Amino acid sequence: MADLTSEFLGISSPNPFWLASAPPTDKAYNVNRAFEAGWGGAVWKTLGEDPPIVNVNGPRYSALHSNDRRVIGFNNIELITDRPLQVNLDEIRQIKRDWPDRALVVSVMLPMNEETWARYVPMIEDTGADAFELNFGCPHGMSERGMGAAVGQVPEYIQMATEWCKKAATVPVIVKLTPNVTNIVPPAKAAQDGGADAVSLINTINSIMRVNYDTLTMFPTTDGMGTHGGYCGEAVKPIALNMVAEIARNAETSRLPISGIGGVTNWRDAVDFLALGASNVQVCTAAMVYGFKIIDDLTDGLSTFLDDKGMRSVAELVGKAVPSVTDWQYLNLNHVEKAHIDQDLCIECGRCHIVCEDTSHQAITNSLNGERHFEVIDDECVGCNLCVSVCPVDSCITMQPVTEGIDARTGKPIATEKANWTTHPNNPMRIANGPSGPKDE
Amino acid sequence: MAKPAADIRPNRLDKAEIDKNFADLHPPLSRSEALIEADRCYFCFDAPCTTACPTGIDIPGFIQKIRSDNVRGSAQTILRENIMGGMCARVCPTEVLCEEACVRNTHEDKPVEIGLLQRYATDPIFKNGTQLFQRAEASGKTVAVVGGGPAGLSCAHRLAMLGHQVKVFNRDSKPGGLNEYGIAAYKTVDDFAQHEVDYILSIGAIEVRSNIELGVDVTLAELRDEYDAVFLGIGLGSVNELGIENEDLPGVENAIDYIADLRQADDKSALPVGKSVVVVGGGMTAIDIAVQSKRLGAERVDIVYRRGPEQMGASKFEQNLAQTNGVTIHHWVAPTGLRDDDGAITIDVRKTELDENGRLKLIGETAIMQADIVFKAIGQRLAADKLGAELEGLKLERGKIVVDESQATSIGGVWAGGDCVMGGDDLTVSAVQHGKIAAIAIDRHLRS
Repeated sequence: MADLTSEFLGISSPNPFWLASAPPTDKAYNVNRAFEAGWGGAVWKTLGEDPPIVNVNGPRYSALHSNDRRVIGFNNIELITDRPLQVNLDEIRQIKRDWPDRALVVSVMLPMNEETWARYVPMIEDTGADAFELNFGCPHGMSERGMGAAVGQVPEYIQMATEWCKKAATVPVIVKLTPNVTNIVPPAKAAQDGGADAVSLINTINSIMRVNYDTLTMFPTTDGMGTHGGYCGEAVKPIALNMVAEIARNAETSRLPISGIGGVTNWRDAVDFLALGASNVQVCTAAMVYGFKIIDDLTDGLSTFLDDKGMRSVAELVGKAVPSVTDWQYLNLNHVEKAHIDQDLCIECGRCHIVCEDTSHQAITNSLNGERHFEVIDDECVGCNLCVSVCPVDSCITMQPVTEGIDARTGKPIATEKANWTTHPNNPMRIANGPSGPKDE
Repeated sequence: MAKPAADIRPNRLDKAEIDKNFADLHPPLSRSEALIEADRCYFCFDAPCTTACPTGIDIPGFIQKIRSDNVRGSAQTILRENIMGGMCARVCPTEVLCEEACVRNTHEDKPVEIGLLQRYATDPIFKNGTQLFQRAEASGKTVAVVGGGPAGLSCAHRLAMLGHQVKVFNRDSKPGGLNEYGIAAYKTVDDFAQHEVDYILSIGAIEVRSNIELGVDVTLAELRDEYDAVFLGIGLGSVNELGIENEDLPGVENAIDYIADLRQADDKSALPVGKSVVVVGGGMTAIDIAVQSKRLGAERVDIVYRRGPEQMGASKFEQNLAQTNGVTIHHWVAPTGLRDDDGAITIDVRKTELDENGRLKLIGETAIMQADIVFKAIGQRLAADKLGAELEGLKLERGKIVVDESQATSIGGVWAGGDCVMGGDDLTVSAVQHGKIAAIAIDRHLRS
């Protein structure tokens, strides 16, 4: 059995699955239940100044559903904790005392002045919590008051607030980043420059779920009016993975530890985050959709996966896929793949044919000798992977590299040497004779 | 020992049991069931299910609309190809049509429930009487449609859509044909056949004249004379004979007559039911009478069929339905004689097999079966006796009217469709298609 024990910034937890700062970690009752269920750690729901904020007394959540009501995406307009600070501090202290082997991090969000940070940070640290997580990501409500994403969208503010927190804290400081930016690297860099020990990402993405088709108002509303929320759940995972990988592969930020967040629903999602550079993962939506019991699949699945890969610990997996992520310009343009349809598995739905015919390269037949039959035309196939993506049968269509002979489409021989855009004749900025590759390779 | 007299009586089951036994065979899908099932459709290119549908309904198209909650649009996609899409959703042998062609069968042997989805889409239209079709500008032409069954009503509706006036001459007192008088009651509950007829007629420009029989009350010559075109959707008026002795014994009945009585009965428990029933035949009607007899309270029901399960006209699903209802099917057995047995009936039967030329032959000893009622369900034929004069000049083949691909008969100005034509296959869906094709051809003819 692989060892799932996780070390993050020197904080140990029995597994790398923490509950993210959110409604599931709002109070002792929930966190107790989570730890009883087996979660490795929890980031306490964001604390703020007293008096506490208030929440709306109507819908806080809404979901993007599949037809069988599976929650694919999730939206919320809940703010930070709406309970008095002392109540939270007392509960945090008790939980840490009751669960010394679990990671307990406290999320905080404070106004942009140093005195406030200097006043609150020691008070919070006194609970015995293992670390701080700075909420610079909440995209609704709090951002209107100059906090949350309003800070996270300005690298200078991130750095400033991080410095204030670091000055007042003795335990590690994690900066939670907002994805509502065009480039995630500058905020990560700013956190690093401010002395952050790690970053966690992503927070939620600005979102409106839909309209109400009867009233033609946005949905949901609070008494007829609505406001954008933060989007999360399975649907945001690809966005989160890209941002994690961007930080992990950037020379300036690659040594910054990452706690991966965004749509982790099963153990495979965790593998994605870990392999792309996160050292652990945080989960919220999946727990809010299914309850805490999903931790069984997360831990068991990850452990089995590590065993199958011959890895003894989570640490061995971290960052494994990062070297495979690069810029488009460094992709080998001499590499050729063609789709191949396994006729024994093909159910003849024809989806591959019609999407290729209508929207791509007219590279899949629909008949053979008058019979329904779907086959790739190598002369036309550009290897785009669309047919693989739409085929309803797993492994029926596969991409197969062409490693020798002639590319039937271009009529050119398959080159064994690599060549990319940096030296391509069509590139006006091409390097004259050159070796090519990412600068940091 | 005294032989038992025939045990035939009503009230074998109480009303509650009868109601339960004749409730909807396939209850409708709820909205959430329909959405989940619709999600299973792969939206195939040139979909095999559509090809397999005799009326060519765009099945992935209507399922897609269910998926997006556009139920009315979905119904329109169905009904514009098949105005009896509601009935077909209930009675089509989907397992040998659209659902057999579903590509899901390849790996999971569980096709998309197309029939139930079609019912989900169309039920609200009939319930609410939502008019989805308009009549074109009046052409000034009038067409006579003989027969108020699926072929005739389909033809009439399409003709009305195309702008023509239609007069339907219907032999029965109610329109609907076998939908009203023939299909097993548990497949079309709550008087659905009449709701569908009402919907079809609600387009307007269709006048139904009931209790008018071709060859008795009106002649083909008169209709040809009086109308701009004639469509014959007269079905098969006569029942095939077993061709054995004593077929006219009391207790030997035509299955279709009994089913018609059953369909029209206000109180099914009042129907006389034999304790022991033997059905001769292997088609849908044989299954329908056997299962319904059982559900009316018959203790023992046997089907006698002279060939094997593969040759049965009844689909596999229907055969299973009979067996799970406690009906015993005897294959490769033929009746050779009927005898009165002090009121009950003794049936002489012999085993059958195919000879080297593929012809059926009787083998072995004569055995006997006993029954209170024997139902004949070995098919129907054109009522040539009544129609003799009418059919003159109409080209027939194997007792059915010959038509071309536009459903035109050998007589100019006369089209035909449904069970009465060559190529008719006893299916509502095929009859609807014949009527539709004929209407389009008649329209072309009237406008040329």
